[in-house]
Amino acid sequence: MLDAQRDYVLRTVEERGIRLVRLWFTDVLGTLKSFAISPAEMENALNDGMSFDGSSIDGYGRVQEADVLALPDPNTFEVLPWVDAKSAEARVFCDIAQLDGTPFEGDPRQVLRRNLEAARKLGLVFYVAPDVEYFYFAPRNDGGRPVPLDQGGFFDLTTTDITSSLRKETIRTLETMSIPVEYSFHEDSPSQHEIDLRHTDALTMADSIMTFRFVVKEIAAMRDVHATFMPKPLEGVQGSGMHLHLSLFKGDTNAFHSESDPYNLSDTAKSFMAGLLRHAAEITAVTNQTVNSYKRLVPGFEAPVHVSWARNNRSGLIRVPVPKRGSELATRIELRSPDPACNPYLAFSVILAAGLRGIEEGYELPSEADANLFEMGDAALTKLGIEQLPQSLNDALRVMESSQLVAEALGEHIFEWFLRNKRAEWRKYKTHVSQFEIDTYLRSI
Amino acid sequence: MTSTGLLAVYPDNPSVDLARTLDLANFTWKGVANPDTLARLQPTEGWMGAVVACDEDPEGGWALCRNLRRLDRPVQRILVLITGAQIADLEMRDNLFDDFLLTPFHPRELEARLRHLFYNEISAPSAVVIEHAGLRLNLETYQATFDGRPLDLTYMEYELLKYFAHNPGRVYSREVLLSEVWGYEYFGGARTVDVHVRRLRAKLGEEHAHLIETVRSVGYRFGASKWQG
Repeated sequence: MLDAQRDYVLRTVEERGIRLVRLWFTDVLGTLKSFAISPAEMENALNDGMSFDGSSIDGYGRVQEADVLALPDPNTFEVLPWVDAKSAEARVFCDIAQLDGTPFEGDPRQVLRRNLEAARKLGLVFYVAPDVEYFYFAPRNDGGRPVPLDQGGFFDLTTTDITSSLRKETIRTLETMSIPVEYSFHEDSPSQHEIDLRHTDALTMADSIMTFRFVVKEIAAMRDVHATFMPKPLEGVQGSGMHLHLSLFKGDTNAFHSESDPYNLSDTAKSFMAGLLRHAAEITAVTNQTVNSYKRLVPGFEAPVHVSWARNNRSGLIRVPVPKRGSELATRIELRSPDPACNPYLAFSVILAAGLRGIEEGYELPSEADANLFEMGDAALTKLGIEQLPQSLNDALRVMESSQLVAEALGEHIFEWFLRNKRAEWRKYKTHVSQFEIDTYLRSI
Repeated sequence: MTSTGLLAVYPDNPSVDLARTLDLANFTWKGVANPDTLARLQPTEGWMGAVVACDEDPEGGWALCRNLRRLDRPVQRILVLITGAQIADLEMRDNLFDDFLLTPFHPRELEARLRHLFYNEISAPSAVVIEHAGLRLNLETYQATFDGRPLDLTYMEYELLKYFAHNPGRVYSREVLLSEVWGYEYFGGARTVDVHVRRLRAKLGEEHAHLIETVRSVGYRFGASKWQG
């Protein structure tokens, strides 16, 4: 099969007159990295990989050996639809390996592969469908406040609006790149949009999210618009989340589904949820990795604040959507904390690890919290045993630091680098004197 | 498999079972109503063979068999369909048929008899180009186009579309598609098929997405069903 795939890629490069093949991979922070090779080098790249100096990539640097290998994954080969046919380009995602061919521990894609293998050993395939939110802003380079391009609200029909046509064009491009879109609409905040992707296996979806973020920004930039996945770009309105719809399949059976349960949740689903809840604080630094992420996780903006679950309560961490009648394939859970600034490979890795831990250890699912938690006092919450998600990047890092689960899921290399890098980010933020402080204290004190 | 020649089928509106079996076995055929149309529709290289249903209209059927033998390019291989009560009719007519099958027949048996009868005329698909409703797949260069525009597919999308396009109108279960296109050892389960069908539909665009139809609780069909009977 691999030979046939390689053959297919090489033949397509030739037949479509591809001038440049972009090798895509991801750094530890989730930034898309790329280098281009000529079509003549493609065969060599597919057979032996392309070596490059990894020391300049965030999270790739090691003490002794800087060179690593990029191994193209032929099944991700796609012609880039926005490039002029006369100078056609293609892209292919790569796994990063050491020069001897063993997986490179700094490569997030390899980390996810390793975690998916753990699920596979239990006979399980991990499926993910994200609802990605983002903003379109007028471009400005002066570092000032972002300027929305419209004042639309949730589901607003803003047909003449440039952002709607941008969104349409983005969807068309995504669909020609093997990324089917389930829904899309104008979100609650001005200039905020949401695109929901159709579920795939987690590795394909992590690749798709990388492509998605690139396509959204690229299409916007062509019209001189700035698209951003920053979790909370505007004060006082909703931020951008990336809710993840999760399920596990055993062959053709949805392992999350049970006919006899009132919520149609199997024991597997319940233990998985229990794992997510128990380890929620530990994995938050990975699913919400910026200082800004924690300005979204506040009460009053449809973002989760409490570590709880419910069938139809959007203030909890996990929601159990009601699937259409008789559609057992659609039974799933929705994790509401992640934001689109995360590294999808690492986020999926820690989420899966937490859930699998729940399954392996047979964690008991706490009872449903169907009241509006935002309206409850701290004492009432404590009585229910409901904790809060970490309140800042610093809080999240402190919990993560002592998490064996996250260290195992990410591997020591990324675990340590991530903590080091993010602590530095926190230190910089902590020493920054903000406009809020100037406005509040300068005159009064 | 595909046949190289054209089959004459009597009557010109054959039963749904007969038409379906011929289509699924990839025979190219034309219905003929009477000796006149038989002569008129005869291809220049002659008919490859004939399937004549004598079960409902024995007189017309046997008459057609006689005409098949008398054409300027006489038809050498004739299969007749008869009822059990008609077995006696075969006597004295040995020169008019080469094989016979009792109705109601089992499609598998008909297919096997036809395959045997036309052993020299049918072959594994050798075409390098498959075309269907604007879709064109070049099997040699792996390139797909729709209405002349290139359709960029990943390897698995291409393999799936190729499999569909080989047998338009046929319904496949997810399990069959999975084992035929991905191979039995593939781990992802039949859900993988759903994911790829959705991706293919997205690439075909709204206008052509219906080319791959979901057949409820069975699987998928590429192209419209040919047997609405």
